[in-house]
Amino acid sequence: MNASFLTRRRLLALSVASLAGPAGAQGFAGLGRQSGEFARPRPETAITFPADHAPHPAFRIEWWYVTANLTGPDGSPYGVQWTLFRSALRPEPDPAGWATSQAWMGHAALTTPERHFATERLARGGIGQAGVTLSPFSAWIDEWTLSGPDLRQVTMKAAGADFAFALELATEAPYVLQGNNGYSVKSAAGQASHYYSQPFYDVSGKITLPDGDVPVTGEAWLDREWSSQPLSGDQEGWDWFSLHLDGGDKLMGFRLRGTPDFTAATWIGADGSVTPYNDGVFSARPLERSDVAGREIPTRWQVSLPPRAIDVTVTALNEAAWMPLSFPYWEGPVIVDGSHSGRGYLEMTGYG
Amino acid sequence: MIRPGLHALLSHWLRHPFQLVTLMLGLAAATALWSGVQAINAEARASYDAAEGTLSGNGRETLGPVEDGPLDMGLFVSLRRAGWQVSPVIEGQLDASSDALRIIGVDVFTLPPGDLPEAATERGGRSSFLEPPGELLVSPAAFEALRDAEGLPPRVAVEGIAAGVAYADLGTAQRLLDREGEIDRLIVTGPPSLTAPPLSKIAPELERRGPAGAGDIARLTDSFHLNLTAFGLLSFAVGLFIVRGAIGLAFEQRRGVFRTLRALGLDARTLLALLVGELLVLALVAGAIGVTIGYVIATLLLPDVAATLRGLYGADVEGALSLRPIWWLAGLGIAVLGTALAASGALWKIAHLPLLAPAQPRAWARASARAMRWQALAAAALLVIALLLGAFGGGLVAGFVMLGALLVGAALILPIVLDGVLSTLARFARNVLPQWFLADTRQQLPGLSLALMALLLALSANIGVGTMVNSFRATFTGWLDQRLASELYVTADTDAEARALRDWLATRTDAILPIRSVEADLAGAPGEVYGVADHPTYTENWPLIASDAGVWGRVAAGDAVLVNEQLARREDLWPGTTLNLPGWDAAPVAGVYSDYGNPLGQVLVGLDRFETLYPDAPDRQFGVRVAPERVDALRRELDEAFDLSAQAVTDQSEIKQFSLRVFERTFTVTAALNVLTLSVAALAILTSLLTLATMRQPQLAPVWALGLTRARLARFEIARAVLLAALTFAAAIPVGLVLAWVLLSVINVEAFGWKIPMQLFPRDWLWLGLLSLAAAILAALVPAIRLARMPPSDLLKVFANER
Repeated sequence: MNASFLTRRRLLALSVASLAGPAGAQGFAGLGRQSGEFARPRPETAITFPADHAPHPAFRIEWWYVTANLTGPDGSPYGVQWTLFRSALRPEPDPAGWATSQAWMGHAALTTPERHFATERLARGGIGQAGVTLSPFSAWIDEWTLSGPDLRQVTMKAAGADFAFALELATEAPYVLQGNNGYSVKSAAGQASHYYSQPFYDVSGKITLPDGDVPVTGEAWLDREWSSQPLSGDQEGWDWFSLHLDGGDKLMGFRLRGTPDFTAATWIGADGSVTPYNDGVFSARPLERSDVAGREIPTRWQVSLPPRAIDVTVTALNEAAWMPLSFPYWEGPVIVDGSHSGRGYLEMTGYG
Repeated sequence: MIRPGLHALLSHWLRHPFQLVTLMLGLAAATALWSGVQAINAEARASYDAAEGTLSGNGRETLGPVEDGPLDMGLFVSLRRAGWQVSPVIEGQLDASSDALRIIGVDVFTLPPGDLPEAATERGGRSSFLEPPGELLVSPAAFEALRDAEGLPPRVAVEGIAAGVAYADLGTAQRLLDREGEIDRLIVTGPPSLTAPPLSKIAPELERRGPAGAGDIARLTDSFHLNLTAFGLLSFAVGLFIVRGAIGLAFEQRRGVFRTLRALGLDARTLLALLVGELLVLALVAGAIGVTIGYVIATLLLPDVAATLRGLYGADVEGALSLRPIWWLAGLGIAVLGTALAASGALWKIAHLPLLAPAQPRAWARASARAMRWQALAAAALLVIALLLGAFGGGLVAGFVMLGALLVGAALILPIVLDGVLSTLARFARNVLPQWFLADTRQQLPGLSLALMALLLALSANIGVGTMVNSFRATFTGWLDQRLASELYVTADTDAEARALRDWLATRTDAILPIRSVEADLAGAPGEVYGVADHPTYTENWPLIASDAGVWGRVAAGDAVLVNEQLARREDLWPGTTLNLPGWDAAPVAGVYSDYGNPLGQVLVGLDRFETLYPDAPDRQFGVRVAPERVDALRRELDEAFDLSAQAVTDQSEIKQFSLRVFERTFTVTAALNVLTLSVAALAILTSLLTLATMRQPQLAPVWALGLTRARLARFEIARAVLLAALTFAAAIPVGLVLAWVLLSVINVEAFGWKIPMQLFPRDWLWLGLLSLAAAILAALVPAIRLARMPPSDLLKVFANER
């Protein structure tokens, strides 16, 4: 592994391919590289359900990304992450079976105020070890599953050597199309992805810590996104906020760090109304950095969205929510205070 | 003052270019031998590291079938989906061109990145690796060897892969091995997840197997490397004598210059600094040349060394050499160090040179009686040290110090011994000519002594190492004969297969001898306990080096045990002592057997007692006694009746032939190194003789004037070289034998725990003796021819002026 591999591609590894591919100055995890013959996201593509819950193998990368903010019987806050990434090693057609060009990666994490557990799984498609089916809906890698009759009602399970969770997620709310009808622009140069969310899941179930099981309830947020080149070459990472505000409103906002930074946000009313905001409206500013896994990571933020009079501080529930995986990054539950209060999840990639 | 000083010092080399060449040659040759041997050692070790890193040898648990046979690939997915962290492996031999290639099919997605060489992990995630026709990741050497191979997927050269191994995607390997849908085993890559059900519930057909033992190979091959290292050190010592000679000469001849420079105002410190600087440059240049030559030597020898190690210990070594920067550093370092060592005496003299000492050049290194006495004293001291270490010393370091003291002591005492022999001979010489010849030879001894010392070291190293290798071969093959008394050895993969094999063999063979063992803690270290059947195969053949009366009867009755030599020496367990075994306290030791190549302590227990003690020990391996002429037929029938893997049946005659072939290879290496050290010694003689030739004109001229022709004088010169070489050779035999004894009985025991009985091979000495005489003649030839052709006027000049 050469040095540029270590320093450049630190981030969230959407791509197993980039894990093995040649290193280069291509933004984190190789996400900034040319998409070649992969399909490109187009603004006119309409997102349809349930068809778009299924994989899009013509695109290079894709994910099913669930975060949940949970509470135990004693009021203790917990966070859970369940993520499945798909990555095509080359454009279609997929030879299928063992020779498949579809690679899968799963990340699972459980965060308490004191502890953080994280683990990952890798698999090739084509042999039943990992995949996504539509009807009934099931997304899985090894024994980790996100499955139900359909995506509105799913059971989410994952486990590592020292933690586990099994949660029921249910909602009747409509899906939220991010950006422009699900076409989410990621840079001034036009990089984009297809992106929709389900931020309204009610959650109940149990988490398993080394001390034993804890019954929990809470809310969860699903992000679905697929693209072939979501970042431009000079973007080295992102800071991504998904916030559940008290009263039921939701805010999704991200900052892609490059020259210059690129931001976007979506305001989701408790009633399901959606308002996207283009570059420059949303802002996120680090207030405090912590030494996490030998790196300086911002764990306290000033986040604002002036049109909605939002000016809040976002603080990590547990600063040590580091994901020490093939592509290390920070992801964990956060507490929201200020003009609004609430909780949510923060994902930070590309640090150190 | 520094510039003219430097100029004056360096101009010496311009006037005596041959001396410069000698100095450089000696230093380069010494460095070359040393670094060549080191290079071979280093390369071999790097190869073991790669071999040990090869999958399945890397210390992870595996899951394999309880009953023999391949596993269904579906099992992998169902285990993963149950939360078990496993990665599938398929393995098989592929006959590509002349060499068999071991294909290891892996799944790079589930295999932890560290389990494959780094570059292989990077390569393994590409679609070109996963999709048909796939890719084979091989070592750079294998890449070259397979360049024109047909019917194979594209090869990719990756550093860090062991020789003879190719990694491929599991699917690719299945296709190549024609085993679609099958895997051989599952590597357990981590703990199962918290929610995973126990293995017995989801896959009762699998059993967990402990990690394969690692490191055994390295310990075994250490024996070979130790010997090579000893050889390298000896070669370097030989080279150092040449360097010392050349430096001594150059300093002696420049005494006048030193004195003049000092008298002109150059202070002693600056003079020394200039000389040290000069030597440093010379050492670096010669060292660089030496490392290059050493690299060439290593390249030429490595294929043989690789073959030796592969055959002897099953350790695969790449047949190719890559130049590592550390060799340059080590090679140059050793050259500088050697020069410093060789020059320290001369520099000390310069530092203490009285300013007003007579400037006339003394005859070079003419040893005064006093110097002789000092040398004799030093030699005696060294020999006493060697003796004391041999008697009371312990440990490997003491063994090597003893070796060094012995050799240097022997070399120092050589001129004194030669002088004694020559003066004794002179007493018996009746005629005036032999008297003159012997006296003249004695007169020249001091000048030749360094070269002769080098010759002594080279010859004794030859004899010592040759004796060691030969003894090793004789002992080892004899021991194999004894240990491998059964004609065939069969290993079953499962208990069921073992039972079937045994039933099948029972009617077709003379005897079936179970070989059962358990791992056990023996006197605080890991060891093994074997059950041994009561059968003449053992009682008649087993190589015992110490035993009580009725040893086999007592072992068979379960009253006593046998221990191997390593354990006996380590724990001082000889007949009459006792040893604690798991389940058997204070088991009496009735005998000790030799067990070469085994790093572990081992105990033999009578089979009946063994079964009582360890009823759960696997019973899958046995020796088969059958008439030798039936062996081939039985093997064929076995192959037809059972689907046994290639390694499951071993034919003892194959093993023996194989080990013999290995030793032939070892000899090639040893012989090549021998020739090289001898050449270095011959070079030393040549340079000494050439130097002396010019100085001896005044001594020869009167003899010539008395009527001896130049041709006769030249013949005398050659005869003198032959006489001295012969005497040195005679002295080298005892030194070499002691050297061999130290290597076999001291260093080997300290390093590996077993002793190799020394055997003598006088025919080799004869050959070596002739070789050394030839070398001496060759070395004397040039000065002799010069003398024969010297214009009489040159000889007359001796009388014309007083020189």
